[in-house]
Amino acid sequence: MERALKRWSPLFILPTFLAFAIGFIYPFVEGAYLSLCQFTTVRDAKFIGFGNYIRAFGDSQFLDSFWFTVAFTVVSVALINVIAFLFALMLTKNLKGTNIFRTVFFMPNLIGGIVLGYIWQILINCVLSLVGKPLLALNATAGYWGLIILMCWQQIGYMMIIYIAGLQAVPDDLTEAAQIDGATPLQTLLRVKLPMVMPSITICTFLTLTNGFKLFDQNLALTAGEPNHATEMLAYNIYNTFYARSGPQWKGMGQAKAVLFCILVVAISMLQLKATRSREVQQ
Amino acid sequence: MTKKKTAVNGLLIALLTALSVAWVYPVFMILMNTLKTERAITTSTAFLLPTAETFAGVQNYVSAIVSQGFLQALGYSLLITFTSVALILICCSMCAWYITRVKGWVSKILYFLFVLSMVVPFQMVMFTLSSTADMLKLNTPWNICVIYLGFGAGLAVFMFCGFVRSVPLEVEEASMIDGCNPVQTFFLIVLPMLKPTLVSVGILEAMWVWNDYLLPTLVLDIKKYMTIPMLIQRFRGSFGRVEMGPMMACIMLTIIPIIIVYLAGQKYIIKGVAAGAVKG
Repeated sequence: MERALKRWSPLFILPTFLAFAIGFIYPFVEGAYLSLCQFTTVRDAKFIGFGNYIRAFGDSQFLDSFWFTVAFTVVSVALINVIAFLFALMLTKNLKGTNIFRTVFFMPNLIGGIVLGYIWQILINCVLSLVGKPLLALNATAGYWGLIILMCWQQIGYMMIIYIAGLQAVPDDLTEAAQIDGATPLQTLLRVKLPMVMPSITICTFLTLTNGFKLFDQNLALTAGEPNHATEMLAYNIYNTFYARSGPQWKGMGQAKAVLFCILVVAISMLQLKATRSREVQQ
Repeated sequence: MTKKKTAVNGLLIALLTALSVAWVYPVFMILMNTLKTERAITTSTAFLLPTAETFAGVQNYVSAIVSQGFLQALGYSLLITFTSVALILICCSMCAWYITRVKGWVSKILYFLFVLSMVVPFQMVMFTLSSTADMLKLNTPWNICVIYLGFGAGLAVFMFCGFVRSVPLEVEEASMIDGCNPVQTFFLIVLPMLKPTLVSVGILEAMWVWNDYLLPTLVLDIKKYMTIPMLIQRFRGSFGRVEMGPMMACIMLTIIPIIIVYLAGQKYIIKGVAAGAVKG
C-alpha cells in the first residue's frame, strides 16, 4: 500500500507543503537570517552580525516587557487552571442546569481578542471612574489586573471543558474503591482524581502558558501598552519595534527580539511538557 | 446524609447561577448601552438601563451598518473564514493521512516542522510573511486562504495524524485490494471515518481565522479590505473622538452571529474542543 500511495505523493502532500513553505518555512528562515541584518525592507538587507541582539538586550523597554509578561503569565496560568478545575468539579456532580452553566462559561471563548479587549476596556473604565481612580490609560495596576481578569473570563470556559472531559474519563470503580478503603472526599480528589487527570493538566498548562506568553490582541485592545509602555507585553513590544518607529536600526532589532521571543516560547513549552508529562500515570 | 447533600447541591447551584450572571454581564452591559443615545453614554450612567429619554432604538445599529462599513467587513470575514477552513480541511487531512501511512524521513521531518509551527509565535514570521505575501500577490481576501493554510496546517495536521493512527489499517488495505487507487481509498473510505475530527478541526480553525487580527492587518491592503476585527480596531485609531454608540453596536453585531452559531451548534463545538485537546 505504501508504494501505491507514494506514487500519488504530489497530490497528497504538495498543496499543504507548498502553502506551509510560503506561510511558515520560508518566512521563518528568512526571519532568522534578517535578525543578523540591518534593513527597512526585505530587499535592502545588509549583514551586520549579532549587533541587533546586543542592542535588543540593551533595550530596557524590552526587558521590562519581559518581566511584565512573566508576571502576567504566572498569575494567569495559576488562576485560570485552579478556577477552571473547580468549575469542572462542580459541573461533574450531575447538578440541575449543568448544561446551561457549561454553555455560559464557554461562551467568551468564541469572541475574538480585539472585541474582548474593547468590551473590558469600556467596563473597567466605567468601574474605575465610579470609584474615582485614574482610567486604564493612566493606571498600570488596573491594566495588569484588567488583562488578568479578561484572560480568566475568556479562557476558564475552554480549560473547564478539557478538565470535564478528563474527570469524566476517571473510571467510577477507582473512586468507589477509594471510598470503600475509607478515603475522605478530599483524599479521593487529591490522591485518585488529580493523578488521573494529569494529561488534562498537561494540556491546559501548555495552552494557558503559551497563550499567556504570546498574548497580543487583548493587550492591544485593552491597554495598548499605556501608560507609557508600562503594560506592554513581549509580543506587542516586538510589534511596536517593527511598525511604530521609522529608521534603519529598528526593524533588525525587532527581528532579533522576535527570534529571542521564539526561542523563549519554544524552550518554556518544552520544559513544561517534560515536567508535567513525567507526572502522568498509566492506567 | 442525603439532606446535607441536597443542601450542598442547592448552594452549589446558587453559586453557579451567580457566576453565570457575572459571566454574561459584560456582554449585557454593552447591549444595554447600544440602545442609548450618544449623550446618555457616560461613565456614570453606563450601568443603568436605558430610560424613555435615553432610549435610542436601533439608531446606533443603523449607523454602524450604514456609515462604518460593517456589512463589507462581514462579507470579507465570511469569505476568508470559509475559503481558509475548507482548504485547510481538505489539504491537511490528505497530508496527514499520507505522512502517517508512509513512513520515512520525509514524513518525520514534515511532522516535526508542523508541530514546531504550532509553538512558534507569529511575531517571529510576521514581517517576512507579509513581504512574501506581497511578493506572491497573496494579499487579497480571495487568496489569503493560502497563507492561512500554511499557518494553520500545524494544528490541523497534528490533530488529523492523531486520529488516523487509531484507524485500522486493514480497512484501507481491503479497499486497495478491491481495486481502489489511493485517491479513491482516501475519499471513499478514510474521509468518512474522519468526520468527527473534521468537525473539531473545522471549529478550532474557524474560531482562529474569524477572530484573527494581526495576520490580515499585515497582509491585506487596509485601505481596500477590512475584516471585522480590523474594523473594530480602527475605531480607536483614526477617529478623533470615538463615537461610543456605533462602536458598541459594531461590537454587538460581531458577537450576535457568533452567539447564534454557538447556541445552534454548541454540542459539536464543546465536543470538538474536548476532542481536540485530548488528541493534543
